[in-house]
Amino acid sequence: MEARGWGWRHTGRLRWALDGLDLVIEPGERVLLLGPSGAGKSTLLAALAGVVGADEEGEQRGMLAVDGRHPASARGRAGLVLQDPDAQAVLARVGDDVAFGCENLGLPREEIWPRVTEALEAVGLDVPLDHPTGRLSGGQRQRLAIAGVLAMRPGLLLLDEPTANLDPDGVAEVRDAVGRALDRTGATLVVVEHRVSTWLGLVDRVVVLDREGAVLADGAPAAVFAAQHAALEAAGVWLPDSEPQTPGARAGGGERMLSADGLAIGRERRGAPVRTGLELEIPAGASTVITGRNGVGKSTLALTLGGLLAPLGGRVEASAALARGLVPEPHRWRSTQLLTRIGTVFQEPEHTLVGRTVRDEIAVGLRALKDRGGAADARIDELLARLRLEHLARANPFTLSGGEKRRLSVAAVLATRPPVLVLDEPTFGQDRATWVELVGLLRGLVDDGSALVSVSHDADFVRALGDRVLRLGESGLERMPAEAVAA
Amino acid sequence: MRLVARTNPVTRLAAAIVVTTPLLLTLDWSASTVILAFELALLFAAGMKLGFLLRSTWPLLIAAPLAGVGMLLYGAPSGREYASFWLAHITSGSIGLAVAVSLRALAIGIPSIVLFRGVDATELADGLAQRVRLPADFVLGTLAAQRLVGLLISDWRQMSLARRARGLGDAWALKRFAGMSFALLVLAIRRGTKLATAMEARGFGGGGARTWARPSVFGARDAWLVAIAAVVAATGLGLDLAFGTVHWVWA
Repeated sequence: MEARGWGWRHTGRLRWALDGLDLVIEPGERVLLLGPSGAGKSTLLAALAGVVGADEEGEQRGMLAVDGRHPASARGRAGLVLQDPDAQAVLARVGDDVAFGCENLGLPREEIWPRVTEALEAVGLDVPLDHPTGRLSGGQRQRLAIAGVLAMRPGLLLLDEPTANLDPDGVAEVRDAVGRALDRTGATLVVVEHRVSTWLGLVDRVVVLDREGAVLADGAPAAVFAAQHAALEAAGVWLPDSEPQTPGARAGGGERMLSADGLAIGRERRGAPVRTGLELEIPAGASTVITGRNGVGKSTLALTLGGLLAPLGGRVEASAALARGLVPEPHRWRSTQLLTRIGTVFQEPEHTLVGRTVRDEIAVGLRALKDRGGAADARIDELLARLRLEHLARANPFTLSGGEKRRLSVAAVLATRPPVLVLDEPTFGQDRATWVELVGLLRGLVDDGSALVSVSHDADFVRALGDRVLRLGESGLERMPAEAVAA
Repeated sequence: MRLVARTNPVTRLAAAIVVTTPLLLTLDWSASTVILAFELALLFAAGMKLGFLLRSTWPLLIAAPLAGVGMLLYGAPSGREYASFWLAHITSGSIGLAVAVSLRALAIGIPSIVLFRGVDATELADGLAQRVRLPADFVLGTLAAQRLVGLLISDWRQMSLARRARGLGDAWALKRFAGMSFALLVLAIRRGTKLATAMEARGFGGGGARTWARPSVFGARDAWLVAIAAVVAATGLGLDLAFGTVHWVWA
């Protein structure tokens, strides 16, 4: 691929997402593309795949070519895989979904099915062709998306943060699948990702874009990392061997705030429980992290502890200090009573957004409590400042970046000062800068006496905040030392 | 049932249209009765169990008499009047209409439900695009969109939990519903846009000729199914004409 002075501007924006880009990638190269969010990395990948470019979407200048042709006319030469595994399966069955791209290329039927089998083998997805796509795990779904692209035999494989939403097992699955596929096909690779270590063994060139979308550094991985260490870290890139410095987990904890006894959990009130017989205690002034494999019921447990789902058996009990005169079972409290007692931060911030502006979003809880005075305004201002959202106070929450949305969802929960906080995968898909901020903020809350319960896969998060680490497995909850999880 | 099981979904659609056409053209109860009786006889002869019929059509079994009640009270009055209050008039004419409407709902609904039970959406799309030659972009776009429904259901659940967590769970149910519907619409558009990009990235809508990985075939069973549907429809309409009881929609 080749770019000469290429630029792109979204309709309705003043600033060019990318401008004056000069970059040549030779066939067979494996490139890791880095840069701060907003540097136009995703835009560049989409443009190479020929899926931006309609006049109503924006305008471009300069020249961009794949195989010497305009990308839109070379569709199929470049295959794009996106971040969200949910968004990419087009058809209901695995085989049909992989065949979809080949059909669009107009290949004869006899040629399609051998390609489908070959692509599924290349990504190591060993399920029957009629397996429902909806029943695949996150890692499997990303491998399916890669297979769908590989079956089209693209010369150029474009991956846009393909592992950002996956657990460690899923990340390894996807990376290995890409490696195997590249070895087989000799295709060129361009991958965008914040966690550099994932792709380190696979790429042979690193290109760093700056905030304006121009090339800041370009070369062999080791050389680029050495030369641009500070700039990359500032841009939110996770560099190898530079885990963020945090005070780390520590023992301790005050009085019990929440406990579960013989707890059975499940999403459907009349459905079968996912887990039964769970015992646990959540102390004040300590951070408890719950880990475990995908699908084991961690989120369901978090929602049950948060008083949002009713237990299917056994009970969740709040201490008298937390219940303050209410019945001990959190799921029986009213929604507004929950606000000042237990706050829950959801995995998908978009599900929780209800305000028209960022400021409005933080005010939602306070308004539900009929708390509108000057003290409420001061509280909102304080949170906007603390989570660096002041400049966005009047923006629509949906237009925020992923990291900003996450900070907003935390601020909105903190507004009503609940002494217990439940967080579901708070660091999923976050760049390094947001991660460091979030961990610092949560540690501060624990120091002030809050009880924290988080569900997380993130080994760095466990190291920083796993004062108490519980592993949820088939046989229930098991207490374990933080080092064992991090290792 | 086995006759239906391995037919092309397009054939099932065609058979349902053929059977129900006479019912859409007439308003009297005799055609409905004949066709409904014929349908039930055929379905039971083909091995359908009563339990299966009740399980799969129970909403219809409730709705059909309700539709009849409306006609009974407010249908165009004619003939002898049996009772009346305010706007409602129960007449011999409206009784006839009520019976006809209930029977018609059953005669149209039962074969449609039985024929479409277990139809695979992908197979139907294949058939509509390859056999009926509907535009591929349209058919596949619709097919992909219906897959989003499952995602939106889980979005809705997550959103109701989130609203409780945010202190909005105590609000009046209707108000909460309105707010969530709007939020779901926003999410649906975002999901739709992402899916469209993913489809385009795999060469969809590129303008070139498209092929189909799965053949959509018609066999002898398909011919039989449509033939039987035609016989049922023709018998119903024929007897109606022979008895002189026919009441056309436009008459």
